[in-house]
Amino acid sequence: MSSTTRAPQPPLTSRTPRSPMAPPRSFLWSRGIFLTLLTVFVLVPVYVMISSSLKPLADVTGKFRWLPSGLTFRPYIDIWSTVPLARYFVNSLIVAGAATICSVIIAVFSAYAVSRYNFRGKRVFTVTVLSTQMFPGILFLLPLFLLYVNIGNATGIALFGSRGGLILTYLTFSLPFSIWMLIGYFDSVPRDLDEAALVDGCGPLGALFRIVVPAAIPGIVAVAVYAFMTAWGEVLFASVMTNDTTRTLAVGLQGYSTLNDVYWNQIMAASLVVSVPVVAGFLLLQRYLVTGLTAGAVK
Amino acid sequence: MRSIRAAAVGAVTMSLALAASACGGGSSTGGGSNDSPKTLTYWASNQGASIEVDKKVLQPELDKFEKQTGIKVKLEVVPWSDLLNRILTATTSGQGPDVLNIGNTWSASLQATGALLPWDAKNFEKIGGKDRFVDSALGSTGVEGKDPAAVPLYSMAYALYYNKQIFADAGIAKPPVTWDELIADGKKISAKGKSVLGAEGSNLSENIHHVFVFGKQHGADFFTPDGKADFTSDGVVAAVKQYVDLMAKDKVIPTGNAEYAQNQSVSDFAKGKQAMLLWQSAAANLKSQGMSEDKYGIAPVPVQSGTPGTGNQVNSMVAGINLAVFKNSHNLDGATKFVKFMTSDEEQKVLNTAYSSIPPVKAAQEDSAFTSPSNAVLKDTLAKSASALPQVADESQFETAVGTAVKELFADAAAGRPVTTESVKAKLQKAQQQMPTK
Amino acid sequence: MSTGTNMTTTTASADTGERTVRKNSPGAARGPRRTGRIRRIGLPYLLLLPALLLELLVHLVPMVIGIVMSFKELTQFYIRDWGTAPWSGFDNYKVSLDFNAPVGDALLHSFLVTVGFTLLSVGLCWLIGTAAAVFMQDTFRGRGLLRALFLVPYALPVYAAVITWVFMFQHDNGLVNHVLHDQLHLTDKPSFWLIGDNSFVALLVVSVWKGWPFAFLIVMAGLQNIPKELYEAAALDGAGMLQQIRRITLPSLRPVNQVLILVLFLWTFNDFNTPYVLFGKAAPEAADLISVHIYQASFVTWNFGTGSAMSVLLLLFLLVVTGVYLLLTSRGRKTADV
Repeated sequence: MSSTTRAPQPPLTSRTPRSPMAPPRSFLWSRGIFLTLLTVFVLVPVYVMISSSLKPLADVTGKFRWLPSGLTFRPYIDIWSTVPLARYFVNSLIVAGAATICSVIIAVFSAYAVSRYNFRGKRVFTVTVLSTQMFPGILFLLPLFLLYVNIGNATGIALFGSRGGLILTYLTFSLPFSIWMLIGYFDSVPRDLDEAALVDGCGPLGALFRIVVPAAIPGIVAVAVYAFMTAWGEVLFASVMTNDTTRTLAVGLQGYSTLNDVYWNQIMAASLVVSVPVVAGFLLLQRYLVTGLTAGAVK
Repeated sequence: MRSIRAAAVGAVTMSLALAASACGGGSSTGGGSNDSPKTLTYWASNQGASIEVDKKVLQPELDKFEKQTGIKVKLEVVPWSDLLNRILTATTSGQGPDVLNIGNTWSASLQATGALLPWDAKNFEKIGGKDRFVDSALGSTGVEGKDPAAVPLYSMAYALYYNKQIFADAGIAKPPVTWDELIADGKKISAKGKSVLGAEGSNLSENIHHVFVFGKQHGADFFTPDGKADFTSDGVVAAVKQYVDLMAKDKVIPTGNAEYAQNQSVSDFAKGKQAMLLWQSAAANLKSQGMSEDKYGIAPVPVQSGTPGTGNQVNSMVAGINLAVFKNSHNLDGATKFVKFMTSDEEQKVLNTAYSSIPPVKAAQEDSAFTSPSNAVLKDTLAKSASALPQVADESQFETAVGTAVKELFADAAAGRPVTTESVKAKLQKAQQQMPTK
Repeated sequence: MSTGTNMTTTTASADTGERTVRKNSPGAARGPRRTGRIRRIGLPYLLLLPALLLELLVHLVPMVIGIVMSFKELTQFYIRDWGTAPWSGFDNYKVSLDFNAPVGDALLHSFLVTVGFTLLSVGLCWLIGTAAAVFMQDTFRGRGLLRALFLVPYALPVYAAVITWVFMFQHDNGLVNHVLHDQLHLTDKPSFWLIGDNSFVALLVVSVWKGWPFAFLIVMAGLQNIPKELYEAAALDGAGMLQQIRRITLPSLRPVNQVLILVLFLWTFNDFNTPYVLFGKAAPEAADLISVHIYQASFVTWNFGTGSAMSVLLLLFLLVVTGVYLLLTSRGRKTADV
């Protein structure tokens, strides 16, 4: 990424340019210091999480120490019985997964419409959808709950207390930002491509799925990751809209601070267990994420 | 910007139309019925060490109920952090459980919503009559003079738990009876390097429970007889100040406790770091943390002077859990049967033993399971020297406003700022102004 | 949603090959065909329909209900059947905006705390994120690993991340006091982080820790769009490192920053999860963020009318800020993107 092929550079002396030549020493120094400090800042909580999850309860409720007095894997066994963690985990996976898929599909349709068509109300649509980003969740928590209950009473579709209702809620949380990102990304896919497809006999949807979507995969992945994270961590709505069988992790993890004690080691162990798959997936997809955002957010 | 305005206008018109239809269809909250006689939903509060423990305690009993009546009870144990929210949303939407546990201090507030089935004489008759229950427990089931909104299920009272070993080491022969004694004992305990008394400075409910009792001991109430907030009387100010001074002036509560809100003080006590704890029915709690019953003693909460009793000698609130029926239930008969089952002598013994609480049912209380020395103290306190928190509709606002004021005062004390009569009064003044005026 | 898809597919197969994409395309010159014209006009709307319906259902209608609620006296006496709650006109707004009385005063205080907190948090997130992205623009050993590490805070579930910080901020047993007091001896006595005035610092640290990787990610993406030639040309002109950053990097990031800062601002301002997990239902005065404040006003004290009024005021404020912000930042560049 740093060196380009644009070859013959006049050999400059002390003030070396940024690229492709080596950066100046002061830059290297400040970079080293800055990145080291930042790494410490980022990693200390992660270290605390890991080390505390391996400590006996007496250790984590006593004075903090950098090194555990003894290692134990008990917290990793106990977490499954203190709280029905496995069920919460499955619930979270279903809710966040379904919300992500639906959100991405809907965002793809909307973004395609906005990116490729001129129609009355286009600005109205984009501005309205985007403006929902600024709604404080607390404003529509109770109304939304009421609405779901009324829809349930009128149609028999159980939205409240069910995973369905939560999926619906979360997917709209990520929708505005997703649409906006994808509009940017689709705009960057050359129109000639889908026009060629149209000429070749594809319908507009054919062009969307055969040309635009494949070309926009990084953007779509980025949007999917964002939608997943939004749904995965939400606390407020989940605490009101779920019951014991549909509770998600974000709320369920609170079960480790019980009437008795705060099981810090179990909290940390459970947090790690539920984070590892997400973080791993996130890191696997991060390549897409950067390229996806490059075109989407930046145009 | 024109388009934004257009967008706003469009959105608002559209949603107004939709909202109008939504409102029209909404709030069709009628009374209850007996449409689904074979099932019940029950929200239990978290009483045991964890939610899973509660399920293990309750499920066998629910199975028993199903065998007796053929009614299947769907159990959900709701964590305390969510319980009130869930009840509120259930109330608002009419979509809730059939039977539910409520903290008994919420009784009057929830009664005001009209969502709970009133326990008039007729309903009480179905579960064996009102006089089966202990009076003090009935005193915390709703506004006086109205039909109770709930039925007592578990009763608890505050007591002073003390670590026998630490007391022996410090040369203290018997637990303190008055606050002055407690402070004097505290000096001996501090000298031995242990902390003296635990508190949950950031837990609003705990704060309320304690300042309420101190208020009683100063002859002061937080509400006037006609239910108006009255937080700034000299008695109340002195009461709150006395409680906070346990940290600020008398140094018996460690400053670190100012940020406690998740029962850390109980585990400090269980670990032997701390000599005393003021807690409600802590036995099961301490046991699960590995502190066996012979390690600690239990005594009544101290008073200003003399011995616990009524009036200024009150030394505990009436703590406990009530069982309520949701008015919208589709199985009112079944719900009543379930309440009868849960408050039967037999079940009362089983459940209160499991949760180390005291049965609010007279006959069950007589059982040998509740005659241990520790239970004797609790029973005695409940019978003689416990007083119910104000049974007013604004109770939950009171807990928030005054509880927060005390929390802030503790934070001041912990930070080393002086806590004076003026600063206490100022905080309480602010709390009072936040109360609803109507 | 499924109906929308079906219908559009039919439309598509009905006039294959004749349809073109109109916007700015050379193909548009071929002009509209009479057949399927209505369908063609309808198509974009169909594509938008699912998103529109969902936004209506989850955001807009509830918002309007919320606005209606704000004109009602919705206390515990009426919540069971809030259709019967008396209209209270502007009473809820008057109470919220009377800054001489405690309710309004507390709201104003909370609002100011939130504004201060948001500005600091967004500023720091942006600064750290941009600095990290710029520093990591060139390859060096371990860059990939570092980049992955930096994304971890963003990828952690909010509860897990914040509760870890709670653990570290404890007065008696926390890491922060252990390091600052026991090891570095920076303070005379251990400080309180979760109560009292320091709680603002604690909140800020957690918020920045969780938030900066997002800025980092976006800025990193933005940097990749800057043509290398610009830097090379500048280098040839003899521009140093800092000058390159000032003359090329930052101006090129302008469009990215415009959106990034707005989004960060809105998210931070409305953030509920972080303060709620950090402090519980009653936040310390110094860190009394408005979202938790309103939550307390409505859910803890059961006054949904006043709570809704406060939310509406907050919404109005955010609308104005966003509008003004977009107006100011867009003025410079003509490309009016969404």
